Amino acid sequence: MSVVDRPIVSTETAGADSYPEHHFLNHTKGVLSWALTLDHKRIGLMYLVGVMASFALGGLFALMIRIHLWNFQDGWLDNKTYNQVFTLHGAIMVFLFIIPSIPAALGNFFLPIMLGTKDVAFPRLNLSSFYLWVTGLILFLTALSVTGLDTGWTFYTPYSIETQKGGAVLAATFGVFILGFSSIFTGLNFIVTINTMRPPGMTWFRMPLFLWATYATSIIQVLATPVLGITVLLLSAERLLGIGIFDPKLNGDPVTFQHFFWFYSHPAVYIMILPAMGIISELMSVHCHKGIFGYRMIAYSSIAIALFGFLVWGHHMFTSGMADVTTVVFSALTFTVSIPSAIKVFNWLGTMYQGTVSLNTPMLYALAFIFLFTIGGLTGLPLGALSTDMHFHDTYFVVAHFHYVMMGGTLVAFLGGVFHWWPKMTGRMFNDKLGMVSAVIVFIGFNLTFLPQFVLGTRGMPRRYATYLEEFQDLHRLSTVGSLILGFGLVTALFVLVTSLVNGKKAPRNPWGGATLEWMCSSPPPHDNFSSAPTVGDPYDFSKIEYDGRVGGYVRKD
Amino acid sequence: MTAIQDTAPHTDHAHDDHHHDHPSWLAHHFDDAEQQYDSGKLGMWLFLVTEVLFFSGMFCAYALYRNRNPEVFEFCSSFLNEKLGAINTGVLLFSSLTMAWAVRASQLRQHTLLVGMLAATLACAAMFLGVKSVEYSHKWELGLLPGKFYVAQLGGHHGDPKGYLESLCVVPMILTVLSALYYVYSWVVNSSFHKQVAGPLLVAGLCFFVGVFLGQTLEAEAADSHAGEHAGHADHHMVQGHVDHASHDHAAAEHADHPADGAAMPVVAASAGEDVKVMKEQLATPDADVNQKSMAGLFFSIYYCMTGVHAIHILGGMAVITWLIVKAARKEFHEQYFGPVDNVGLYWHLVDFIWIYLFPLLYLIT
Repeated sequence: MSVVDRPIVSTETAGADSYPEHHFLNHTKGVLSWALTLDHKRIGLMYLVGVMASFALGGLFALMIRIHLWNFQDGWLDNKTYNQVFTLHGAIMVFLFIIPSIPAALGNFFLPIMLGTKDVAFPRLNLSSFYLWVTGLILFLTALSVTGLDTGWTFYTPYSIETQKGGAVLAATFGVFILGFSSIFTGLNFIVTINTMRPPGMTWFRMPLFLWATYATSIIQVLATPVLGITVLLLSAERLLGIGIFDPKLNGDPVTFQHFFWFYSHPAVYIMILPAMGIISELMSVHCHKGIFGYRMIAYSSIAIALFGFLVWGHHMFTSGMADVTTVVFSALTFTVSIPSAIKVFNWLGTMYQGTVSLNTPMLYALAFIFLFTIGGLTGLPLGALSTDMHFHDTYFVVAHFHYVMMGGTLVAFLGGVFHWWPKMTGRMFNDKLGMVSAVIVFIGFNLTFLPQFVLGTRGMPRRYATYLEEFQDLHRLSTVGSLILGFGLVTALFVLVTSLVNGKKAPRNPWGGATLEWMCSSPPPHDNFSSAPTVGDPYDFSKIEYDGRVGGYVRKD
Repeated sequence: MTAIQDTAPHTDHAHDDHHHDHPSWLAHHFDDAEQQYDSGKLGMWLFLVTEVLFFSGMFCAYALYRNRNPEVFEFCSSFLNEKLGAINTGVLLFSSLTMAWAVRASQLRQHTLLVGMLAATLACAAMFLGVKSVEYSHKWELGLLPGKFYVAQLGGHHGDPKGYLESLCVVPMILTVLSALYYVYSWVVNSSFHKQVAGPLLVAGLCFFVGVFLGQTLEAEAADSHAGEHAGHADHHMVQGHVDHASHDHAAAEHADHPADGAAMPVVAASAGEDVKVMKEQLATPDADVNQKSMAGLFFSIYYCMTGVHAIHILGGMAVITWLIVKAARKEFHEQYFGPVDNVGLYWHLVDFIWIYLFPLLYLIT
């Protein structure tokens, strides 16, 4: 493997000639032209700003938790506030950040462009998804901050029925209901777009793998989210009308709530990770300048993960009192998910082998993803196995595991994707050196935060506790230091992105040497994406993509 | 279908001006009518999938609790009036026919027939809700409420009418009056467009009250016939008349006193015309006490959730059918552009379809 240290963008001529006079950002002007836009690119950008703001908020709550746990007792929050803060952190991160992050922001922006169409199939539905998301956000934040939700993001009954924060549970469940519809409509829109709007030449197996991943994600969104909708609706009815379906006092069954909840929320884990895997497939191929290894297997494994993901929800409930046979079946099914996940990881490694690796910011994030996701995936195995899960259940081992997958996986891939497509979205190059520094800090900070938590978990530290035994204090402090480093790394990344808007060089059409369609249109893209219909070829054929110093980027030599 | 764009009439010029090559009914990002139609259709089918999954949660709850307490479901189902359920089933099936006919009319440019068929569908929906209002209010008066609010005192008279039905009728009444005013207005300005919109709305409003009337008549009839029928078969049924039980414990105590083999028991006949409650003696165990919040109450929770969410879907359907009527009155549909009618039709058939499951599962348990 050779690492080429080639300047990605030459300094003098940075694509000034290819920077378009007229593009989607200045197509129309004024606040209303954004608020009422039907352009998928603007909607995607609005989502991007929204999910990043939600992430910042959720991240602040995470830091509050970590700082509280500096000492084994007498933290700076009282116990009730601590409960509310971890609920806020989890709920915001899951419902407002991770689920919409990649599909709604990057997916909205790039799905139609990579497919070669003018827009998604239902632009009005797309805009209304965004406003549903905003409505959900407002309801959710009101519930969370004003009245202090303290149920955890899972709303387990009977506590969510009995807690005094009734108004908070109602508002939050209603918020989740609305956010669910936002997610459903986005997924529906993407499926229809991919099925019916592919231009001539764009066959299923010429689609970039990001689209395959988005397609698989959309299937889950459409099939799983309605069940969450009815579950939270029944939970609100439980609070309002005391219907008793989940209330043991009325002969109801709280475990039924858990089944309903995880029937959505486990597939939701794949809503979070699948698009991230799609991004990594793009990043690996483009930044190694080498065709993706095992295209079809990666495509099929996305669909396989989407389907297997529906059969494993019971592994969240091994200790909830299911029948023994059921737990064994769920455990066995859980292991099947690891097969398509491993297929992907090996194929990415196969792509890097003998590739021409450009070590730049997106690639560093992609490498971090592979490392972190592999740890997250492998530590899932002891949690899927019955005998070990009995001990690990509700400990910090679980916390560390899902942070490795969701944060080390999805967030890192999201950042990689944002850096990768930033020149395309904004038309500006960022400072690559500083971007790489941010990737390194994030990587170190992340591992320092969550590796100690695996140890804490195996030693018996339960999750969600506001105080703990003194023997755990050193590891907790290590984790807290790590979280501050991680926070610093993320702020650095944000700084790199924001400053590029002010003093970044103008981006060329194709700064990284990608072969997919989005690199054929100008940076930023015009209002209708393509001035003339693009020719669809192999999305991973780099033989004709060559670096051209005059435009400071890559061009296609036909 | 073929995609011959230039034969299409331009009836609506509200669209963006910079896509002159596109007819007004074709959105700018679609290549042709076929692509637009296929996209809409696939989108609607996917939406219907989410709807089925949405209801599936409640069907699961139903299956779970019926499996656990079959006797509760058998007992409580006897409080549901099969006749009203059957009428509503017929009404919805008929509305599916008119909806399907509307789709055909829209393809053949039969604009007046299209408005008529949509109006019939809307009227059926309103009638369904009218009957449902009677059923709901009747149960509320009996105290057959969900979960923790369940207060039915079986055997007791169901107290003074509490005006539930009247309150349910307030909004439909206002809407009907507004439609009537709109109808008068449409004649004053003598606009065929307004007439074609106002007429169906007025008919639908009136049909709601037809449903209410029908429901009340049959509900009263059912109470009478039950009283007569069950008085004649006292060895199978326990009929309790005007005896006021202060609490269900009291009722249960009395209940337990009766011999389990169902030997003839004293029938306290109700005075004619009075409300009479009938309780079927078909429980798995004679002393099983299902008349409590955690048993019968749970059944009515499921009943209200399922039929309530279904009723909300009827309301949603009425809203989109009204939107179609407006478009149909503008003569917007033709053989190249009838996707909205087709897709609303699909939705409407699904709403019908779900009711076809709800009816036997809730009403026809024996």
